Amino acid sequence: MTSERQWTRITTTENVPPLEGRSVTIGGVDLAIFNLGDRFAAIENQCPHKGGPLCDGIVSGTEVVCPLHGWRFDLNTGLAVRASLPACVTTFPTRVENGIVLVDVGYGSRIEPEEAVA
Amino acid sequence: MKKLVVVGNGMAGVACVEQILRLRHDFDITIFGDETQPNYNRILLSMVLAGEKSADEIVLNDTGWYRDNGIQARLGVRIDHIDRVQRVAIDAHGGVTPFDKLILATGSSAFIPPIPGADKKNVHVFRTLDDARALIAKARPGCKAVVIGGGLLGLEAARGLQLRGCEVSVVHLMETLMERQLDSAGGALLRGKIEGLGIRVLLPKQTQALFGNGRVDGLRFASGEEIEADLVVIAVGIKPNVELGRKAGLEVRRGIVVDDYMQSSDPDIFAVGECTEHRGQTFGLVAPLMEQGKVLAAAITGNRGSAFTGAAPAAKLKIMGVDIFSAGAIDDSEPGVETVRYEDASLGIYKKLLLKDNRLRGVILVGDSSDERRYTQWLRDDTDLTPHRRHLLFPPPVPDEGLRVAEMPDSDVVCGCNGVSKGDIIHAIHQNGINTLDQLKQSTRASTSCGSCTNLCQQLLRAVAPEFQEETRTTLCSCVPFSYERLRDIVRGQQLKSVQEVLNVYGNRKGCEVCKPALSYMLDMLWCGGHDEDRSARFINDRVHANIQKDGTFSVIPRMRGGVTSPAELRRIADVAEKYNVPMVKVTGSQRIDLLGVKKADLPSVWADLGMPSGQAYTKGVRMVKTCVGTEFCRFGVQDSTRAGIELERRLENLFTPHKVKMGAVGCPRNCAEATVKDIGMIGQDGSWQVVVGGAAGKSVRKADLLITVQTTELALEACELFFQYYRENGNYLERTYDFVERLGIEKIRKDTVYAPESEKQKLLDRLQRSKAISKDAWLEREAPVNPTQFVQIQPLENTPA
Repeated sequence: MTSERQWTRITTTENVPPLEGRSVTIGGVDLAIFNLGDRFAAIENQCPHKGGPLCDGIVSGTEVVCPLHGWRFDLNTGLAVRASLPACVTTFPTRVENGIVLVDVGYGSRIEPEEAVA
Repeated sequence: MKKLVVVGNGMAGVACVEQILRLRHDFDITIFGDETQPNYNRILLSMVLAGEKSADEIVLNDTGWYRDNGIQARLGVRIDHIDRVQRVAIDAHGGVTPFDKLILATGSSAFIPPIPGADKKNVHVFRTLDDARALIAKARPGCKAVVIGGGLLGLEAARGLQLRGCEVSVVHLMETLMERQLDSAGGALLRGKIEGLGIRVLLPKQTQALFGNGRVDGLRFASGEEIEADLVVIAVGIKPNVELGRKAGLEVRRGIVVDDYMQSSDPDIFAVGECTEHRGQTFGLVAPLMEQGKVLAAAITGNRGSAFTGAAPAAKLKIMGVDIFSAGAIDDSEPGVETVRYEDASLGIYKKLLLKDNRLRGVILVGDSSDERRYTQWLRDDTDLTPHRRHLLFPPPVPDEGLRVAEMPDSDVVCGCNGVSKGDIIHAIHQNGINTLDQLKQSTRASTSCGSCTNLCQQLLRAVAPEFQEETRTTLCSCVPFSYERLRDIVRGQQLKSVQEVLNVYGNRKGCEVCKPALSYMLDMLWCGGHDEDRSARFINDRVHANIQKDGTFSVIPRMRGGVTSPAELRRIADVAEKYNVPMVKVTGSQRIDLLGVKKADLPSVWADLGMPSGQAYTKGVRMVKTCVGTEFCRFGVQDSTRAGIELERRLENLFTPHKVKMGAVGCPRNCAEATVKDIGMIGQDGSWQVVVGGAAGKSVRKADLLITVQTTELALEACELFFQYYRENGNYLERTYDFVERLGIEKIRKDTVYAPESEKQKLLDRLQRSKAISKDAWLEREAPVNPTQFVQIQPLENTPA
């Protein structure tokens, strides 16, 4: 059974400048929302390494770099890129409607990286 | 002595003379040049047009070279006639120069097709430095420029004009661009890349006429279509300059006919370069011309050795970010020819090799020409590729760069342009005690033309030269793979004013946490603040003007110039600490007070309540000037270090630097404020100040070097300012002054700052003032944030049921 989609209206698109992130708390979940120029992306705001605020990271293409120790996450998959340990963050679907960014917080997805590292 | 007259002062003629000078000869040499310039590197003309190099930078042999080698240079003098009976060359002024041997190096001219209207004003060709200058004078931002010809030169001219702000269209007769060097797939990919740069490509289009009343207004095509044009460049090809040879009665077909030793039909007259025709082939690229020059030099000095047997055509497009290389045949329909291809459309890479009987016949590289050398070698040597079949498209992984150099046979050509082999280089290194790339260039000419063998030359130097001095240029990062120095030139020359622009044109469009802040700094410094500031390219600290801590909170350090405060200020700090429940208040090592654990959302009101400017403790910028109490209270003080320190901090505060700059000012040599381990230090002595630079007491500990000793406080402050701006302009991002000073050496720094001519010093100070005038206290953004959510957390428009 597919659960009902629940889009939450977050904020106007201007409130997240291009290639920057902003944090927002919805239903107890701390999210980082990014403006990628042509679309928005939402991931959980906590770096799995030491809890750094990912919303404050520099955006590199479709990746974000944690401001504390430089861990890097793919905003599409949530997977850590080039990290010393396998890691991931939850990603959430977004869409834009009438200049408002919407996120479905009930529809987060996580791709657990391979546990075994060869 | 015998008289040798060289007609033509271009690359081929002069390179040939250079080869003659290396051999034993008894010539009295005169070189006639049509152009008034000394010999310059014509390959780099497009870089002059693009503003990437100045005219001076492409000079190959300056007037001193002619003098030092006893060569008479007759520049701006055209030879009109060669009298083979009297054996004299007659110039346009009627001057008669006798010769025993003569070399024709008359080159080629731009071919102008017979299009009506091609003689109108603002219709140009692009062949000489004067052509480039004329184009530069007319290429204004917004000007509509049309380049006729989608070959190598046409595309380079188009890019140059575009970088000068013109709206550029390229009009090409054929179905694809560079069709003589690329197949249709490569041509189509190239078209996409050129259009991606913002240049319009119109093809196939036959230009029927240029119209306009005296001045060109536009082009009409055979299809009847018209386009507007303020400026037209015709770059459809070249034609060998053969008139002089023809009039002298030499055998001339398309070019002046030469044999395998570059001798014309007259045994005393030789020819070299683009004016020649050898075995039915004419030439337009530099590498075979250099080869011809060597053969000619040997023959004319009586050392006739190896013969010139022709050369496979090879071409390389010099547009940054558009890698194109082609050599040899491109026709794959010939029987027995097999092709090996690699294509990655999203990376924009295309490679195609034509093979016959296991030997390379042709190569096309689009988007990645890093392997060009290997293919050139295979073509030239007709290498049997059987053992290489598994690695045709990519070289086998190299475990160690040094090994690659070591494995090269001595006969392998390192510099294809100038025909310098590995053996030549090693010989020169040993013979002349060469330790730097510059010395190697001067001695062998290797890496002086297109520069693509620079890395290889450096590796050879590293391997062979006993005291190789590495050139300390490092690449910024893989997103924008250029050295800092090169990037500064690019940004300046091409008027790039935003980080994204640099990344789009010269990088991977994305950028990362390494290059974005570095480019942000570079733009701010070069344009003295007059750039398009892009906060998304800056680290979070520089977006919110506070230092991020491990828990995501921030630290706030207000500016406390010279470490001097007041009871009122201290009271305000205490009030703020209480009001915002600041978890820790700490005195720093920089004589300032740190409020740790402040929430992002509180930053603007914390700053407002403090009523003090930003101390820039979060950025690569001016931190502080630590001072002692100097003459004010101290019984040993001999200079007023407190006041001098506060003044220094005032003059430099709010500016950005490659890395943080910590300063100190002390009133006597007891050095209580540790000025000798600061980036810039002022050390008071009786009647003078010592200014020291490059000190450190952090990760590294380094005693600062003495920059200068001066009598007055004003002069000491000026010395600090000179060094400060010099470091801003020449330091690499994240390079502290202690590394900077070691990299450049204090003597050079002195020479370029405090001992520089007054005019140079004034320029440094002027640029500093321009930046300073536009800089401001970052904490004023509390009242005028750059965007509405700069400091505040976003509140959702609605809340989901939990």
